Amino acid sequence: MSTALHPFWRYASPPQFLQLSGTLLPLLWAVAALLGLSGLALGLFWAPTDAQQGEAYRILFLHVPAAWIAMVCYGAMALWALLGLSLGTHLSFVLMRALAPTGALFAFLTLWTGALWGRPTWGVWWVWDARLSSALLLFLLYLGFIGLTAAVDRPQDPRRGDRAGALLALVGVLNLPVLYFSVQWWSTLHQGASLSPAGSRMAPSMLVPLLLCTAGLWAYAAAAVLSRARLLLAERQAVQARWRAAA
Amino acid sequence: MATALHAASALARRDLRAALRQPGELLAPLGFALVVVALFPLGLAPDAALLRQLAPGLLWVVALLASLLALPRLFAADLADGTLEQWLLAPQPRALLVLAKLAVHWLLTGLPLVLLAPLLGLLLGLEQVGALALSLLLGTPLLSLLGALGAVLTLQARAGTGLLALLLLPLEVPVLVFGSAAAQPGSGAAPWYLLAALLAAGLALTPWACAAALSLTLD
Repeated sequence: MSTALHPFWRYASPPQFLQLSGTLLPLLWAVAALLGLSGLALGLFWAPTDAQQGEAYRILFLHVPAAWIAMVCYGAMALWALLGLSLGTHLSFVLMRALAPTGALFAFLTLWTGALWGRPTWGVWWVWDARLSSALLLFLLYLGFIGLTAAVDRPQDPRRGDRAGALLALVGVLNLPVLYFSVQWWSTLHQGASLSPAGSRMAPSMLVPLLLCTAGLWAYAAAAVLSRARLLLAERQAVQARWRAAA
Repeated sequence: MATALHAASALARRDLRAALRQPGELLAPLGFALVVVALFPLGLAPDAALLRQLAPGLLWVVALLASLLALPRLFAADLADGTLEQWLLAPQPRALLVLAKLAVHWLLTGLPLVLLAPLLGLLLGLEQVGALALSLLLGTPLLSLLGALGAVLTLQARAGTGLLALLLLPLEVPVLVFGSAAAQPGSGAAPWYLLAALLAAGLALTPWACAAALSLTLD
């Protein structure tokens, strides 16, 4: 009945994780800088002006990847929460917490760039349609998670905040489809002005910068999350050492 | 099973007796709802047509906010006097105890709001107050269930009701959407079914989540 662990699992041990993330981080930061900057340069200067939306469309090179990352980060947070609660692995909770600020940042960027695009295109900063409302709710879910984990933590012991946060992330991810559905249903019920951008196929000269920006921002998100996780680990070790010395 | 039911009913009777000894606390959410409803015409305009149109949504938002008021105290006394630790030691299924406690909580905070709702509706000029009360009858148990989860998670938090609101209100958006749509005059059957489905799912799942949260956060 011996179940051999997949080699991947050894990265659940903090020293192994520190070693792996230490070698990955410079690579990720380099990829983020290189692809992000080249994607932005191509997107802002090389890609042609859109026939319908003019120059304002160029914000999509940030907006679209930010929206993807904001959504995926919440799912990843819930996945680490599940792993942490079921396996009791310390590192899972650390990664879960490290994801939250990055997810919140990208959710905010989604809203902000959306508003900057909406003003010249639709003439308003904000409309209450299904997409915008659900992006706002996603941002609020992140804020609730960060607020809860920060308020529940005890200085010498982060475990209570870990567990409360993990449970909230799981409840949130179960609720998310219901939330999205209810907001969709609500917006069809009220028949708001349909202000969706015309569904046009994207020219390759626009697609290339978008893909570069997406890859660059993903690398940035991964690098930020790993760096934050390393800091959280170091902080926890320092606190433990201090309490042991005081005891 | 018989002993578990016996324990749950004993818990419910105890909670009911303890709450009825301090009736002032029960009235606070109702007073809050009444005051807020009185503020809307003063803040907007005494325009009967406008208020009638907004009434179902406004009253549902008021119900959501009023449901937050009683939550911080839901488990606080039980934590302070060690009752919750006895829960962890007791052999009875914790989800059942949570359900018994929540039934009493809804009876004392949700049901009075349902009964007051027609009156509040009339204040805003709503004619079909029956639909409003019925939608709240389906929706307020859900607010109690989700609220209990938030109350357990924030039980030991160094934060006030603000955190609870930030945590809970986004999760309660589906209840608000379907509930206020059902309360609209001339709504079809769809929001009623969706609200009832949410209630069924909430009744089945949240007591377990609350029980898990209790054992995870009490150490």
